[in-house]
Amino acid sequence: MQLENVSKRYGEVLALDSVTLAIDPGEVVAMLGPNGAGKTTSISLMLGTRKPTSGQARLFGVDPRDLKARSRIGVMLQESGVPGMLKVDEIVGLFGSYYPAPLTVPEAVAMAGLQEKSGSLVKDLSGGQRQRLYLALAVCGNPDVLFLDEPTVGMDVEGRRLFLQQIGEFAAKGRTVVLTTHYLEEADQLARRVIVVDRGHVIADSTPAEIKSRVAGKRITFNTSRPMGPSDFAGLPVSSQLVADGRVRLLTNEPESVLRELFRRGIEMTQLEVAGADLEEAFVAMTHHEAAT
Amino acid sequence: MSAATVRSATAPFLPMLAKQSWAEFIKLFRVPAFSTTSIVLPAMFYAFIGLGQAKQLMGPPGSVTFGEYFLASMAMYGVANVMVLGFGISVANERGQKQDLLMQSTPLPPIVFFIAKTISALVIAFMALVVLSLLAYSAGGAHLTSSQWLTLFFRSMLCSIPFVGLGFGLGYIAGPNSAPAVTNLIYLPTAFASGLFFPLHLLPPFLQNIAPYLPLYRGAQLVWDSVGAPTEGGSITTDWLWMGGYTVAFFVLAIWAYRRDQGRKFN
Repeated sequence: MQLENVSKRYGEVLALDSVTLAIDPGEVVAMLGPNGAGKTTSISLMLGTRKPTSGQARLFGVDPRDLKARSRIGVMLQESGVPGMLKVDEIVGLFGSYYPAPLTVPEAVAMAGLQEKSGSLVKDLSGGQRQRLYLALAVCGNPDVLFLDEPTVGMDVEGRRLFLQQIGEFAAKGRTVVLTTHYLEEADQLARRVIVVDRGHVIADSTPAEIKSRVAGKRITFNTSRPMGPSDFAGLPVSSQLVADGRVRLLTNEPESVLRELFRRGIEMTQLEVAGADLEEAFVAMTHHEAAT
Repeated sequence: MSAATVRSATAPFLPMLAKQSWAEFIKLFRVPAFSTTSIVLPAMFYAFIGLGQAKQLMGPPGSVTFGEYFLASMAMYGVANVMVLGFGISVANERGQKQDLLMQSTPLPPIVFFIAKTISALVIAFMALVVLSLLAYSAGGAHLTSSQWLTLFFRSMLCSIPFVGLGFGLGYIAGPNSAPAVTNLIYLPTAFASGLFFPLHLLPPFLQNIAPYLPLYRGAQLVWDSVGAPTEGGSITTDWLWMGGYTVAFFVLAIWAYRRDQGRKFN
């Protein structure tokens, strides 16, 4: 799977800007990024469901729209619909017939953990069950590559755990998995390679451990009575700083040493909070960091 | 991954088509709003309008009865009804639910999808014809010769084909919410103006002037002719030519609407 110098523009918006990346067989790759970063666009271009504005996408070395390439992939998409008036086993069998060497219906249904709902109409499934159905439809063709666009959205914690386990089992057979997510834990749990996308650019591409060490994991916020500026934070290991209305917000991976230093500098603070930064914040910090170096 | 690693195999065409057609059929059939209106409605209209005066002759002694004439009218109404209303609305709904999004990324060739949908609609149109014919035969005294029955079925089914194109076209143009209104607004008045509910000579003159340009009228002429009812405007060859023209026009419309929709979503 390759994207070569691919850009994608929707009207005025540049969703992807000259992205080049390659994914090899057997890799389990997570694309991580905030909403609107270009994850879904990247997947759509890899699948050929959207055309790049410039550059080219290749799947197994051919155009992704080639039916031979499509016969080797399975796909789970955000917001896609399926016919409600078919039963689970019927639609899995139907989708299986699109592929040259499909799994049997019971195999595909079992891989998605949907056995007890096999005879139900699709319209009667719950949100989580519907996600499982999409997984069954993605794996039913026994694909070499699985594309999952935000597969665990709307699932509860237990559902998510089981789901990731099932995808992990699929990947363990030497298949390629490309998934998008905005949860770092999810990427960490499943993938051996994480590609971080932000505002249409790939801003990082390495192992989950490496990414984790680079994104700011903690947010420190406190109120202060005296005006503070960048000079007050000079030399501190913070990746982002924001002062507004007497409230200071810092992103860092070393909250203890930052606070120790701030106390040593004699800064008075009230309403101090230290919390895990959400990914969106962490990415913003990361992009700023990249831009600075 | 190099080009050489691509397996030559894609899934075989015919089993895919068979499964897809069956799925499209049960999808439609399991929606009571669709299956009852499509299959039962023409027969119901026949019972309301046709049965009361079924024995009445349409002309001099020996000519067709109203029951036979109206059987032909409702046959044309019924088959086109499946294509335009049921079919157009179901296509619009599926788009509304973004079912096309997932289909786009599967190796199902779009042509298989379209043929399967057409087959499923033809099967339902055929079922509507059977129900209507049973009623007309048993209660409406429509006693056609076997060759007339065959011609009636053959021409009705054939004349439903252009409306497949129209149904697809409307399904891709109209949104899921507007589709029922748009299709009804187009279909019901034209069915009326084509003389399917009341013989044309009973309609206001301006409708009589419009009728010859309507595809339902041209189709109905062919079906009326199959039960031995008189047609207007000379030989039915003209009607065949009109239907051919409409078939081309509606399929061009369908392809244009499909491409426009795909271009919007997938470019």
